[in-house]
Amino acid sequence: MNTTLPPTTGPQPEAPRAAPRPAFTHDWRRIARMGSVAAFGQVFIALSNMPVRLDERLIVKPVLSLGYLVLLILPFAAGYRQGHQIKRENMPVCAPGPNEVVGGFLCGLITGGGLSLLAVLVTHFDLREPLVNWSPVLLDLLSFSNEMWFAVVIWLAIGAGMGAAGGVLRLLGPKSHRVVVTMALAVAGAAVLESLVVDVAEGLGLEPLTDRLYAPRGGVAWPSALGLAAVSGLLAVLGRGRFRQARVRHAQMEGAQRTRANLGLIIATAAVLIVLPLFAGKLTNELLANVGLFVLLALGLNVVVGLAGILDLGYVAFFAVGSYTAAVLTAATSPKIAPEMPWLVALIVVVIITGLVGLFIGAPVIRMRGDYLAIVTLGFGEIIRLLFLSDWLSGWFGGSQGITKIPGAGIFGITEVSGTDPRRVFYLVLAFCVVAIYISWRLERSRLGRAWMAVREDETVAEAMGINTVNVKLLAFVVGAVLGSFSGAIFAAKVGSVFPASFLILVSIVILVVVIFGGMGNIIGVIAGSAVLIGVLGGPKQPGLLAEFSEFKLLIYGALLIWMMLARPEGLIPSVRRTRELRQQEMAQDAWLRGQVDDDDAGGADGPRPAVQP
Amino acid sequence: MSRRARSRKAPRTGVDWFLTFLRVAALTVVAVGLLAFIAQEISTDNPFARWANPDATGLTGAQFRGLIVSGIAQGAMYGLIALGYSMVYGVLGFINFAHGEVFMVGAMTGMITSNKLADAGYWESNFIGSLVLIVVVSVIVCSLTAVIMERVAYRPLRGSPRLIPLITSIGVSFFLQNASVVLLGPAAKAYPDVPDWLKSKHTFLGIEGARILVILVAAASMICLWYLVERTKSGRAMRAVAEDAEIAELMGIDVNRTIVKVFALGGAMAGMAGILWGILFRSVIHTTGFLPGIKAFSAAVVGGIGHLGGAMAGGLSIGVAESVGPLLILEPLGVSGVSQLRDAVAFAVLIGVLLLRPSGLFGERLPSEDRT
Repeated sequence: MNTTLPPTTGPQPEAPRAAPRPAFTHDWRRIARMGSVAAFGQVFIALSNMPVRLDERLIVKPVLSLGYLVLLILPFAAGYRQGHQIKRENMPVCAPGPNEVVGGFLCGLITGGGLSLLAVLVTHFDLREPLVNWSPVLLDLLSFSNEMWFAVVIWLAIGAGMGAAGGVLRLLGPKSHRVVVTMALAVAGAAVLESLVVDVAEGLGLEPLTDRLYAPRGGVAWPSALGLAAVSGLLAVLGRGRFRQARVRHAQMEGAQRTRANLGLIIATAAVLIVLPLFAGKLTNELLANVGLFVLLALGLNVVVGLAGILDLGYVAFFAVGSYTAAVLTAATSPKIAPEMPWLVALIVVVIITGLVGLFIGAPVIRMRGDYLAIVTLGFGEIIRLLFLSDWLSGWFGGSQGITKIPGAGIFGITEVSGTDPRRVFYLVLAFCVVAIYISWRLERSRLGRAWMAVREDETVAEAMGINTVNVKLLAFVVGAVLGSFSGAIFAAKVGSVFPASFLILVSIVILVVVIFGGMGNIIGVIAGSAVLIGVLGGPKQPGLLAEFSEFKLLIYGALLIWMMLARPEGLIPSVRRTRELRQQEMAQDAWLRGQVDDDDAGGADGPRPAVQP
Repeated sequence: MSRRARSRKAPRTGVDWFLTFLRVAALTVVAVGLLAFIAQEISTDNPFARWANPDATGLTGAQFRGLIVSGIAQGAMYGLIALGYSMVYGVLGFINFAHGEVFMVGAMTGMITSNKLADAGYWESNFIGSLVLIVVVSVIVCSLTAVIMERVAYRPLRGSPRLIPLITSIGVSFFLQNASVVLLGPAAKAYPDVPDWLKSKHTFLGIEGARILVILVAAASMICLWYLVERTKSGRAMRAVAEDAEIAELMGIDVNRTIVKVFALGGAMAGMAGILWGILFRSVIHTTGFLPGIKAFSAAVVGGIGHLGGAMAGGLSIGVAESVGPLLILEPLGVSGVSQLRDAVAFAVLIGVLLLRPSGLFGERLPSEDRT
């Protein structure tokens, strides 16, 4: 499983390439194992109702729906994965050949067999009692509205075909790989971003273009899908290596040149973010505002988890306190005290109160070991919600009724930002995001930020270096709390009402997934993570671009968290230092191996000369 | 580390003063609440009782006994779940956050099997037989779940920084919960009706039969587990791995297999607890595992994590505390709607224990790398 790890140290020694393996020599057990695991996953997906629910969402107009796509991915992945060779020191790597295709074919065949079996079982047994999706609808989907035997045959064929396709992809080699992946991503991206693209195009007056691209009732029309694939493939061929070159060049820049390049990038991004909402409709702006709220939360959690290395599972507590404080201070309907402050004034109080709550929660837990701390913060998160919910404090916070009719956020009397106009909400969120990004960026490079990272890497050593670990960690807690409270205060003004049910523990977990997915400790990563996950799948209560996924998004978040931890704990866009910490052991092993090999070399150990370049 | 050693090592900082204040405040609240309760019990017209809560009524002896017993029954279940946390922590040194979800899987399996049995008419005609059957099925399913979990999610992560498997287990927990939603539907599901002798209150102490059953079964499973761990060869292997995995491996113990056994045993206990939960509350939903899981973790910490007897004792104390705590301490202080704060009390107990005595009542047994 953990062999998927990408190479972690600099240039890996290139193992010698041997001739391809014979077409029919396989590790049969490996094929059987991978195939059956994939088949199991396939059946799970089918029984989770995902295909049926997602069938309405078309990717390529008459050919492919999202529902079938999720069923096609697994045999393809199994077929691709099957050909993976573990690179070992001194062991030649076989060149890809027909072996991979045959292996992928067999693997996919077994995978497809899972669905075939399911089709047979659904016809003959009734397990609808516990399994809610064990239904004729599922059979209908599996058999393409034909007889049962058709489903059996077609899924074996599809599985084998996709598996073999996976094998062929491996055959193609890394360069064509990129082209194929770009083409697939372009089509899938166009389909996923459909509502966004249509919305913005409408604002820009480009409807003719989107009318051509998308079919009337959703999905990319197939001629344009082909065109899109061709164009993106061509671009990938032409632009081969350009992107990487640009990145390398950017990394090598120094001084004023680098500042200028960075400034250019920032201005370009800012321009897009400021101009885009003007042309976008209500739904897109709503989506952008939601993403922005989660960017704020994720940036706050990033300070705590990413920089200081404190796993805070009760982060939602600060979001809740921020929301409730803002609500109590601004709403006229607040049960106990209703000072009806202007939003900006209230914000100052919110920051102070949340900071104090951060101190109050942080102080008792800060001395605990990391894992105890995680559970205890989870407990605090839950206690805060239970207190807001309880009858005891309902005189203050309205119990389960919450506080409603919260006025929008007035900005110096110029405008009022409320949920009815998501565009303004987005600009407000954007402003706060900029502030939060600036704060985290400056903090990361400050004395305090370095202290946080030292504490994260080794607390004992940090203490020996003269860092007051307790104070430093407490400060991380407070900074995280304050950033989270911004989001809470905006949330209260945006939604116009706060209920305890909006602050479940799962909000904390979703933010954690976002931070980990993007890359702990990396601001860009965290923003990208929120944009991708919250934008596409949606937040705990907020719909994303793929609204059809709303039933499954929490499941996907869970699976994603497991997968990220197994395969890429440093996240999509990793921070360099964080990667080094997380992969410490592997790197030590690599270094040791290299040393060992050199020693053997010097001693004239038996075996061929290892292919290790210095 | 004794308290004196710590105070000599570091000067007292603001945080220390705050912690001391919190400890004193917590103890004061408990003491005042208890005193007010006692005052109430002596006479509800007592000025001290009136001062805090003018509507105080106090508890009758029977009510109090009932609360204690239901607390023990609840606590016995927490104890069973806590064993899984404690054993895994003892061997691998990380908190298997998803263990509460294994318990939920057990309760769900019990629900499915018992409903199938009830459809076949077997549940009414032979209740004890079907109870044994659902226990067996649920124990097997839960052990399998725990073992698969270990194989897929935790084994590849052995030796990585401690927080990594913890985060993974949060993912596993989230995944299992939502897998239950998508496979079985989001609604709460009911167990079939149980015979009258489980529902009616017995003359013996005036307790429901189900609670007695829960306490007996939990005690029996605890004894079985104790026998397995202390008296059999694989139990000795488990203790050896918990003591020092590397040395155990050198002594010829198959560490991987032992860890699998630990997960299977913990899963079995959680499955047992799941059935007991089903019998007691007769309803299960996908979030069933969350709160009992956290409370069981608290129980493991209270008893000293890595300590089997401690886990059970911790479970009982958490169960009793959350059952009588609100009425004993918060109600006399004039907090209204105390039954809503049960869970908050359980969390407060966890936080309190970690503040006052992080190594638990019986001292913790940690894997070798943590001891240094």
